[in-house]
Amino acid sequence: MHNSPEFKIPIGPQHPALKEPEGFSVALKGEKILGVDIRLGYNHRGIEKAAEERTYIQDIYLIERVCGICSHSHSTCFIQAVEEIAGLAVPSRALYIRTIIAELERIHSHLLWLGVAGHEIGFDTLLMYSWRDREVVMDILASITGNRVNYGMNTIGGVRRDISPEQAQEILKGLEILEERTKYYIEIATEETTIIKRLSGVGVLSREDVLKLDAVGPTARASGVKRDVRADDPYAAYGELSFDVITDEACDVYGRTVVRVKELMESYKIIRQALKNLPDGPLTVRAPRKIPAGEAISRYEAPRGEDVHYVKANGTEKPERVKIRAPTLANVQAVKHMLRDRFLADMPIVIAAIDPCFSCTDRMVRLQERDCGADKIINWPSLHAYSIEWHRERGIDFTQLNKKLQDRLAK
Amino acid sequence: MLGSLFYIIVFPGMLFLVTFALLAEFIDRKIYARLQNRVGPPWFQPLADFIKLLGKEDIVPVDSSPKMFKIAPIFALASAITAFLYIPLWKTGALLSFKGDIIVVLYLLTLPTLAFFIGGWYSTSLYSRIGSVRSLTQLFAYEVPLFMGILAAALLADTWSLKGLAEFYLAHPGFWAFNLLGFGVALVSLLGKLEKVPFDIPEAETEVVAGGFTEYSGRMLGFLRMTLDVEMIAGSALLAAVFLPFGLNVNPVLGFMIFIIKILLIVSLIALLRTVVARLRIDQMINFCWKFLVPLALLQLLLNLILKGVLLK
Repeated sequence: MHNSPEFKIPIGPQHPALKEPEGFSVALKGEKILGVDIRLGYNHRGIEKAAEERTYIQDIYLIERVCGICSHSHSTCFIQAVEEIAGLAVPSRALYIRTIIAELERIHSHLLWLGVAGHEIGFDTLLMYSWRDREVVMDILASITGNRVNYGMNTIGGVRRDISPEQAQEILKGLEILEERTKYYIEIATEETTIIKRLSGVGVLSREDVLKLDAVGPTARASGVKRDVRADDPYAAYGELSFDVITDEACDVYGRTVVRVKELMESYKIIRQALKNLPDGPLTVRAPRKIPAGEAISRYEAPRGEDVHYVKANGTEKPERVKIRAPTLANVQAVKHMLRDRFLADMPIVIAAIDPCFSCTDRMVRLQERDCGADKIINWPSLHAYSIEWHRERGIDFTQLNKKLQDRLAK
Repeated sequence: MLGSLFYIIVFPGMLFLVTFALLAEFIDRKIYARLQNRVGPPWFQPLADFIKLLGKEDIVPVDSSPKMFKIAPIFALASAITAFLYIPLWKTGALLSFKGDIIVVLYLLTLPTLAFFIGGWYSTSLYSRIGSVRSLTQLFAYEVPLFMGILAAALLADTWSLKGLAEFYLAHPGFWAFNLLGFGVALVSLLGKLEKVPFDIPEAETEVVAGGFTEYSGRMLGFLRMTLDVEMIAGSALLAAVFLPFGLNVNPVLGFMIFIIKILLIVSLIALLRTVVARLRIDQMINFCWKFLVPLALLQLLLNLILKGVLLK
């Protein structure tokens, strides 16, 4: 194996290890990884541009669909920026409800991650167990908001649905089951030999590297960097609730697992406090249709790390610019670093360990030239010309049709 | 002549073996599913899968060597089925038997892995190549403890034939209990041979898609999957014959039932083992085999040498 030649294998855009299309080109020597090339862009949907074409109210629902799992994170982050520009004082009951939904979302995201991680290391039993338990929190979310993923809870100036005392009881009942199950997972993660063998020492990212590469969320916290927007720059109701920022010194995939599983326990704690201290009052304040000119940056601790939204308003009912920096974009740089000199077998779990969400992250389309391997950016006119040429080579001539079209456009 | 044909084609040859293999696959999958809190497949699912695969198109990669690519699955299935013919089922003798048939059975059970390697290598896909190299690398790790575990039992009986082995343990009831350590070693090694978790490294789907099987489709994939099922039965039957040699001199119907129960017990153990562990990395797998399984197998050999000197003098 040691004398085997170097070769490149593609992991993605379609590959069983990836839940979303993303390209990783891995240079291998035997089983050893020499280098990884990451290619984003397969899932780019132009949401930022689309947001500029819609009103703020429409944008909430559009931005909620940036990500299927952290939908509440993105919509809350966007709304916080808009509220800041408009100078709205959101009622505290609404803030508490946002916090509860946010933490329920974190629970469902982390349980989902635990299952995916299990699958990546070939431990399907863990996948089946944690996804079964995830149904508990999914049911809670569905009963509060009416939906399992895109909750539609947020509106500018508050939330759209209340949590009744009966629903609060239901949540607490569900949390008890989840807490018991989570204790079991902590036990598994810290005792099961094959899991520890596959996770510890894999995907090492030192504290210095975290600071240098600007990793966020559990990836950073697992390397001992106490970085959590909920504590550093409290939003929603986090300032009034007490919780610990979980960190770990392991710096590897194992540490990231431990951090996530322990964060689940913190989430239960936060939800219990929030439900206990849920203040009375209105759910929303009246928000203007036209947001005054201004700009704001909003930070939010999504399950995967810090989510940043920038909104620029120009006094109309549509934003002038919306910019989203999803947590995966901050973390994906670290993956390359983590994979250096590791084995091919570690690749899926190392990628999974940052809990990537590529659809949130994807930016623009870049075309790669196969032969020389260089990246080339093609703009719209040249892509158009290329497609005409491509069809002409195959016997379909669009030139005449194109001329007619351009004449009509010119008129 | 007709009799031999019946033996080879119907019982205990292909037809019986294939049916039993599909049943075993169902039981394996059902237990695996129930342990994972799932419902699991209905009883006819393996058969339905097999029939579906037989009806699908066979795609041969352009760059591959078509002859090698096509012959590997048939070769693998044939050798797994042949291996079964040498294993005694409910009496001491097998359908075919001669001095030294243990070696032949072990050899025939090694061939499918080589066929997987050849098929994967000649399909020229990168995933297949990595997968097939992995299955060969793995072969050198699990094969040694498996052989040592089985040969330790044979050493105690002082024979190289499965018939002689069965006769010895029939004459010395209770002696099989000395080989339990070897049974454990051989069972874990068998997981490697069958490419099941934690040793499913050659076909780890999150790394190399389906390893050597990636490019296979249709009938040939059906044969490959059938090979793994038949190998599971043949491997379990070998383990049952070597390590659980009891209930051999009862009447055929009862003996047959005991045989089925023994096989299903081993299949259930395999399902249980693969439920509770994660997949190892290839380097960890080789370390595990050489550092734990081989010393344990050596211990079994040593134990049997001492027992032979003390008890059988």
